[in-house]
Amino acid sequence: MTLDSIFIAPFVDYGFMRRALVACLALALGSAPIGVLLMLRRMSLMGDAMSHAILPGAAVGFLIAGGLSLPAMGLGGLVAGLSIAILSGVISRTTALREDASFASFYLTSLALGVLIVSLRGSNIDLLHVLFGTILAIDARALYLVGGIASLTIVILAVVYRPLVAECFDPGFLRAVGGRGSLYHFLFLLLVVLNLVAGFEALGTLMAVGLMMLPAAVARLWAQSLPAMFATAALTAALSGYLGLVASFHFALASGPTIILTASCIYGVSLLLSPSGLLRRLYPRRHFKA
Amino acid sequence: MGGLATMMLSSIKLEDVTVAYARHPAVHHVTGAFSKGSMTAIAGPNGAGKSTLLKAIMGELPLAGGAIDRGGLSARDFGYLPQAAEIDRQFPMSVADTVMLGAWHRSGAFQRIDRQAVARAQNALTAVGLEGFGARNIGSLSAGQFQRVLFARLLLQDAKVIILDEPFTAIDARTTRDLLDIVRRWHSDGRTIIAVLHDFDQVRAYFPETLLMAREAIEWGPTTVAMSSRNLLRARAMAESWDESADVCEEETAAA
Repeated sequence: MTLDSIFIAPFVDYGFMRRALVACLALALGSAPIGVLLMLRRMSLMGDAMSHAILPGAAVGFLIAGGLSLPAMGLGGLVAGLSIAILSGVISRTTALREDASFASFYLTSLALGVLIVSLRGSNIDLLHVLFGTILAIDARALYLVGGIASLTIVILAVVYRPLVAECFDPGFLRAVGGRGSLYHFLFLLLVVLNLVAGFEALGTLMAVGLMMLPAAVARLWAQSLPAMFATAALTAALSGYLGLVASFHFALASGPTIILTASCIYGVSLLLSPSGLLRRLYPRRHFKA
Repeated sequence: MGGLATMMLSSIKLEDVTVAYARHPAVHHVTGAFSKGSMTAIAGPNGAGKSTLLKAIMGELPLAGGAIDRGGLSARDFGYLPQAAEIDRQFPMSVADTVMLGAWHRSGAFQRIDRQAVARAQNALTAVGLEGFGARNIGSLSAGQFQRVLFARLLLQDAKVIILDEPFTAIDARTTRDLLDIVRRWHSDGRTIIAVLHDFDQVRAYFPETLLMAREAIEWGPTTVAMSSRNLLRARAMAESWDESADVCEEETAAA
């Protein structure tokens, strides 16, 4: 067993592995920065809620297309996710409910509705596909969708970087100087939904958030500045995707969960080794003179 | 008389202003004016409606009654330092970037930030005594240093009206003194200063005018008059009365 046969051969020999890898890398580039921003807004769990919110839309797409059709389900998921983002945004601005509370009520409704719709027609196997993804069955069209979403995410992030970060950092100030914060907040939520749709194509609704939030947590442990966090998160996500695929190939494990667990391992190692990690706490270095 | 006209134009006039939360007034029938270039402290017990009044002045809260004439000032003429800014100090942001946000009116969301703006930000940092701190993360600053950063951002904003909501709470004496000097400099620039303060000694030492309020204005005028012990006693007594089942206020109809 050579290194080549472990790390490279699976991708050379099998088209589905190549496509899965490309999907993972695209996902890493788009989702990871979004995850970092979600984390900094203290909306880490919002991504999770949102991923459930996507389900009924995907399920309706599933019904209309008469089976597992990634474009139909993706479109359905997009519509459902956006509606919930807008609805909860409107409700948190017009009632005493905070955004997380209105999100929670919406996603629970949404999840129940989604499971109900899927169970109307498909077998349980199909439901598993929706929940846990189909990365090894990803086709060229789905790949274009994932790649397109990643590209769009990076372009939009680059264009609205300053107002978005300002809105994240000090929303009150942006409001006071008249910089339409809620517009950028909405644009950001749009990107969250888009990336979750992309992630759900590859990893399923439950796992899509994993590749978004785990790399973000890793980045927080290692990097100090925002650009460095983006880079660390994207790198972590890409590495998790690659190593996860390799592991799932050789040990015949389900690919989605393996990818996420790889990210979890990197997170665990970071908890130990990062500058604020356990190891430095147990063996602190001597302090500086000033 | 032209001078007088422009002065009247850019003063902020409150006409019988009432602001209510769930119909209970937090600010009740307040009338008066912050003239251009004035330096006014707003004092009063907790829950007196001071912060509410500031937000109403900037147009962030709807009025339940009365009117505010901002004399042609727009939102961008106000520089506002909230009581506890909604800022997560662990956010990975450098001091220089934080100060640079103050240039928002010039840079906006998309315009480029030129060397001049960078130099202005550096000058602002120097003015608040944080020279060379630009590259540091705000997470590494103490509360007092961070308040200095927020003042530097206000400096860069170059606003005509500066509104401070308890800017020196939990700030050490030296920083407070330094920042009060900046406030004084703003005053001598001809900017209008409105500050909510809890420290009566600061108010007496630095602020020529005071609005003492406890939901209603108790006294609005020269600090020595407004802060008399009789007025302070009245303020305390008024703040303690809160009636859950209060009747509808008829004052407006009676006045009309």
